Amino acid sequence: MNRKTIPLSPYYRSLTRNMVLLVIMISFTPMLLVTVITLDRFSASHHEKVYAHLGELVLKHKQNIDSFLVEKLQNIRFLADTIDFDQCGHQNMIEGHLARLQRAYGPVFVDLGVVNEQGQQVAYTGPFRLEEALYSDADWFKRAIESRYFTSDVFLGLRGAPHFIISARKTCQDQKWIIRATIDFVEFNRLVEKIRIGKTGFAYILNREGRFQTKPIFDFTPDLDIYNRYFSTLERMGKEVEIQERLDSYGVRSIYVSALLKGGDWLLVYKQASSDAFSDLRNAQTIAIVFFLLGGVAIVAMAIWMSGKMVRRIATSDQEKEIMNEQVIETGKLASVGELAAGIAHEINNPVAIMVEEAGWLQDLMEDGAYKSDADIKEFERALDQIRTQGKRCKEITHKLLSFARKTDSRIEDFEVGHLIEELVALSAQRAKYSNVELITRLEPKLPAISASQSELQQVFLNLINNALDAMDKTGGTLEISAKQEEGQIVIDVSDNGPGIPRANLARIFDPFFTTKPVGSGTGLGLSICYGIIHKMGGEITVKSTVDVGTTFGIRVPAKTDEAVENKAVSATDTCN
Amino acid sequence: MKLLLVDDETEFLETLLKRMKRRNVDVNGVGSGEKALAWLENNDTDVVILDVRMTGMDGIETLREIKKRHPLVEVIMLTGHASMEAAIEGMEMGAFDYLMKPMDMDDLLYKAEDAFKKKTIHSGKIDKMVQDLG
Repeated sequence: MNRKTIPLSPYYRSLTRNMVLLVIMISFTPMLLVTVITLDRFSASHHEKVYAHLGELVLKHKQNIDSFLVEKLQNIRFLADTIDFDQCGHQNMIEGHLARLQRAYGPVFVDLGVVNEQGQQVAYTGPFRLEEALYSDADWFKRAIESRYFTSDVFLGLRGAPHFIISARKTCQDQKWIIRATIDFVEFNRLVEKIRIGKTGFAYILNREGRFQTKPIFDFTPDLDIYNRYFSTLERMGKEVEIQERLDSYGVRSIYVSALLKGGDWLLVYKQASSDAFSDLRNAQTIAIVFFLLGGVAIVAMAIWMSGKMVRRIATSDQEKEIMNEQVIETGKLASVGELAAGIAHEINNPVAIMVEEAGWLQDLMEDGAYKSDADIKEFERALDQIRTQGKRCKEITHKLLSFARKTDSRIEDFEVGHLIEELVALSAQRAKYSNVELITRLEPKLPAISASQSELQQVFLNLINNALDAMDKTGGTLEISAKQEEGQIVIDVSDNGPGIPRANLARIFDPFFTTKPVGSGTGLGLSICYGIIHKMGGEITVKSTVDVGTTFGIRVPAKTDEAVENKAVSATDTCN
Repeated sequence: MKLLLVDDETEFLETLLKRMKRRNVDVNGVGSGEKALAWLENNDTDVVILDVRMTGMDGIETLREIKKRHPLVEVIMLTGHASMEAAIEGMEMGAFDYLMKPMDMDDLLYKAEDAFKKKTIHSGKIDKMVQDLG
């Protein structure tokens, strides 16, 4: 028989399910905790690291740019200090200065000019035709004339291209002069442009009006409010670098690192999408999740496989136990039948003895030759009648015994328990008679059927009756068996008024191999078998006993309802499959 | 030889009585242990043939009482197969012998004769002792 192909019953299926769930829960909980905690810690430290790195980067560039601006300003200051303004009008001299600057500092300085107090450019050198240009209305001029040194914001100006101006003021001959240089925007822009990390990291510079001072790689319109907040935060907190993570105008979560430039006029902002900045973290997380999922799949598969295997094993051992139980019940049955047989043998012996005597009597009569008179023939007839009567008596006894023995299979069927009890009482009547026990049955008529194995139930009652008769063997008494219906259950009480069971034994009475009979007389299995049988039927068996008053065994088994009939039919087809 | 048959099966008792009487045995029958004891009180009896399993007072109890009240009366036990223990118990309590039902009439009578002989010897001894003492 290949057990593997047998589908498991719902009990084993739910057992499997519970085991699978338990194993999964126990394995997943630590794995999940470790993974989550590790990822969380890792993510926190990675964030810290990235922030520190970006902060450092921006700070370095801020210093770079600041020092670039300061350097350029100092160049111009130096120039201003050395220029003799008497000759300011000399074009050649300016040209010479620009050429020297460009030689010394590269092509950063685009042009150079001298502007007088009225905003009139008196000297100019550079690629544009700006000689004689009038700056009296230009913003930068108004501010440059107010301070000794000045660096302007980026603007388009007269030349129509973005640039910014560094200027120095000098007083000469009671006149204020401004010497100004234009910084190459491309050159300046490169300072910021080269700040690039990953795919999305870039930097730009804004002034307080929120206008770009450099050309950002990705074009967008900056939100003035946000940048003003940066300005004020940085100024208030006195921090050099401010790091924030928020959604940008496109709804992409980004890191913003900002620092003040040019004494607080400009804001250097570095922006990078979070996903890009934390791509390493994302990779690590992905790997962790992949491993977690793979591990999870492995655990689930393992749990299902193991539980299935274990439950199969449990099912097999349960099956073996069942078989063993059946064997024990069979053994117990033989024992109780043996006990019964003693009573039956005597019962048969009596009529047989009578028949033998009657036959002997007939023989006696015939030996005397006295079979001619009417009286003799009457005596013959009487004796033969008696033999027939006693023969019938034997037949009844053997029939009773046969009907008992015939119900040997433990097939479950529906039957009315009253009939079974009557039968057993009839079988035990003779034994009871010799033990001077009065057998009383109180069976409620028309009890609903129960679903059980007749032979098993027979055994239960036979055990209980035998026990009661044994208990009252010396003293005699009454054994009452009652059956009634109560809340969908059949309640059967077997009560005697024998010596009762001492309290100490009462708890152990259903234990296997517990017996108070002398060694060799009882197996100690009877009541434990009864217990097993009744519980298998979904019923219960209880005992109440008072010493010197009597013992009552109470059995409750579920009565069969229509609904139960349907269930039975379903389970019957189940087992057929 | 005076016999007393004790058995609660009336049919058995009556047939046995008839057969024994036909063999000219001085025999009487009663249907229970109590009646047997009552009979023994009033009637001189040598051997009691006693069924072990009886309703009411059973064979063993009756035997005990007989041996107590009439120590000289010999008792032959009649048993079924199932009550061998009872038969042995009876022997220990002083029964002369036992027979298994259904039994052969001749066997029963032989046993009864033997029991009677034993009783006669016993009572003879007792009589002699009484005379010696007297």
